[in-house]
Amino acid sequence: MDALEVDIAGRAGNFAVEARFRAPPGVTALYGPSGAGKSTILKMIAGLARPQSGRIVAGGRVLFDARAGIDLPARARGIGFVFQEDRLFPHLSVHRNLTYARWAGRRAARRDVAEVVALLGLEAHLDRLPATLSGGERQRVAIGRALLAEPEILLMDEPLSSLDRQRRAEILPYLEAVANETRIPVLYVSHETDEVARLADRVVALEAGRVRAVGTPAQILAPSGDGEAVALLEGRVSGIDPRYETATVDLGGATVELGAPGLPLGGRVRLKVRAGDVAIATHRHEGLSIRNQLECTVEQVVPRGTAVEITLALGRQRLFSRITRQSAEALALGPGRRVVALVKAVSVEQARLMRPVEVGKTGIGGS
Amino acid sequence: MSEVDIILLSAKVALAAILFALPPAFAVAWLLARRRFAGRGLLQALVTLPLVLPPVATGYGLLLLFGGQGPLGRLMENFLGLTFAFRWTGAALAAGVMAFPLLVRPIRLSLEAVDRGLEDAAATLGARRVTVFFTVTLPLALPGLVAGAVLGFAKALGEFGATITFVSNIPGETQTLSLAIYALLQSPGAEPAALRLILVSVLLALGAVLVSEWAGRLVRRGSDGRA
Repeated sequence: MDALEVDIAGRAGNFAVEARFRAPPGVTALYGPSGAGKSTILKMIAGLARPQSGRIVAGGRVLFDARAGIDLPARARGIGFVFQEDRLFPHLSVHRNLTYARWAGRRAARRDVAEVVALLGLEAHLDRLPATLSGGERQRVAIGRALLAEPEILLMDEPLSSLDRQRRAEILPYLEAVANETRIPVLYVSHETDEVARLADRVVALEAGRVRAVGTPAQILAPSGDGEAVALLEGRVSGIDPRYETATVDLGGATVELGAPGLPLGGRVRLKVRAGDVAIATHRHEGLSIRNQLECTVEQVVPRGTAVEITLALGRQRLFSRITRQSAEALALGPGRRVVALVKAVSVEQARLMRPVEVGKTGIGGS
Repeated sequence: MSEVDIILLSAKVALAAILFALPPAFAVAWLLARRRFAGRGLLQALVTLPLVLPPVATGYGLLLLFGGQGPLGRLMENFLGLTFAFRWTGAALAAGVMAFPLLVRPIRLSLEAVDRGLEDAAATLGARRVTVFFTVTLPLALPGLVAGAVLGFAKALGEFGATITFVSNIPGETQTLSLAIYALLQSPGAEPAALRLILVSVLLALGAVLVSEWAGRLVRRGSDGRA
């Protein structure tokens, strides 16, 4: 399955967007504050809004080309769209909603309905009407309906934003499952750092209708400006201790311990560490409760009000520490200095468990 | 003419009126709900006209247009073999025209209540416009359609002014419920019969309004997606 290539300029109301990016198979987050043009770009890709100029190509198929006068209607673009609000058809049962693309859209039936129903935990709800479902269940149906449209591109427009915290937590594992098994480009619009850290393989950061940066979640999400910097570390589970339900993750050289029940040995994980949870020592210490002492090199020290934010190189990954200016001066921290980052195991959060895609297994978009 | 015959004739006239008025009423409601075009205000006014014009004036207009000498009347007679003058078909035409505004309004409201986002969603799922209409728009607008049809039927059943002006008061042909009541009230000693027909009218009207209200509630429920 090939990449989605977007190079468009257009307006929605009196708001202009201009975006150029590439989304290979996997989850690409369109990330940015409200009003950055994320949803507008998604609508333009879906064919629900029209760019003024540019091109949209999905795996060699031209969906839109202003110069060549190509503008495929939404129904012919081979997309699946999950909207902010579930947009389920209120007069149709869950099952009829899920299979709408087949009986009304005449899309090919490649994927097993039962498989998607199981993936999203909808077995018990098939005969119900949308109005009798909870918000979380409705959004799961909407996700399943988009998957069963046999999309070549999956577009998700803040699918969790209309839900409360609890419902979000309920759906995130399902989205993670979708993200892990997908073989097609998935564009996931969000302004929530947590969601992006958990789901995205790549991030396209948008601001005021333009692409500000493109990179990995670790690169884009880390410097959060006036907020707290967050490090995203990726590694493989190299050891588990069932007695304490802790896991050791190999970050490529250094290892880090965290409390995480149920992590599979050998599984790839993405971990999240906040700058405020990282202390700095000049050498290793004995007799500490802190489980993780990571040897790093100081890359830069940036003042942030009364504190400083220190960027640490940990192998090829980056960690951030936020300490007072006083401490930074007392330890004479500057670029190139070798230090030990102290991180409590309880401060290391699991952001995402990434299942490696097995070759030959039918994923989303199959074949 | 027995009372049963009068009621049956009225039902036939009203049913024919609604069946033929419904498709154009739906089309007009669609235009008013979904399209912005020059003359939209004029169309809106034209549709409302039978509601505010003296029915006798509407009936006279129909007589001029569709009567034996009227241009449209002759056209219909020549090409379709359809005569309106002094026939039950004329009574149906008059009833249909008078009921038209009552048909359009609820259908238009229910079409406006259909979430366009659902139609977009259907399009992303591969459905063609016609399919979207029959699988999403029409089912969701159905309660409005029912409400309009029932209300229009009740109106057609009781139409008087336009009917008597256009096709006169001919027992067995154009003498529908209200015309029969009127005739009975004119003749001495027929008041009990008139009262019986009035009672029937009240029951029919009440039933129609109740059904229409119930369908209207379904529209409101459908529009916010809760049952």
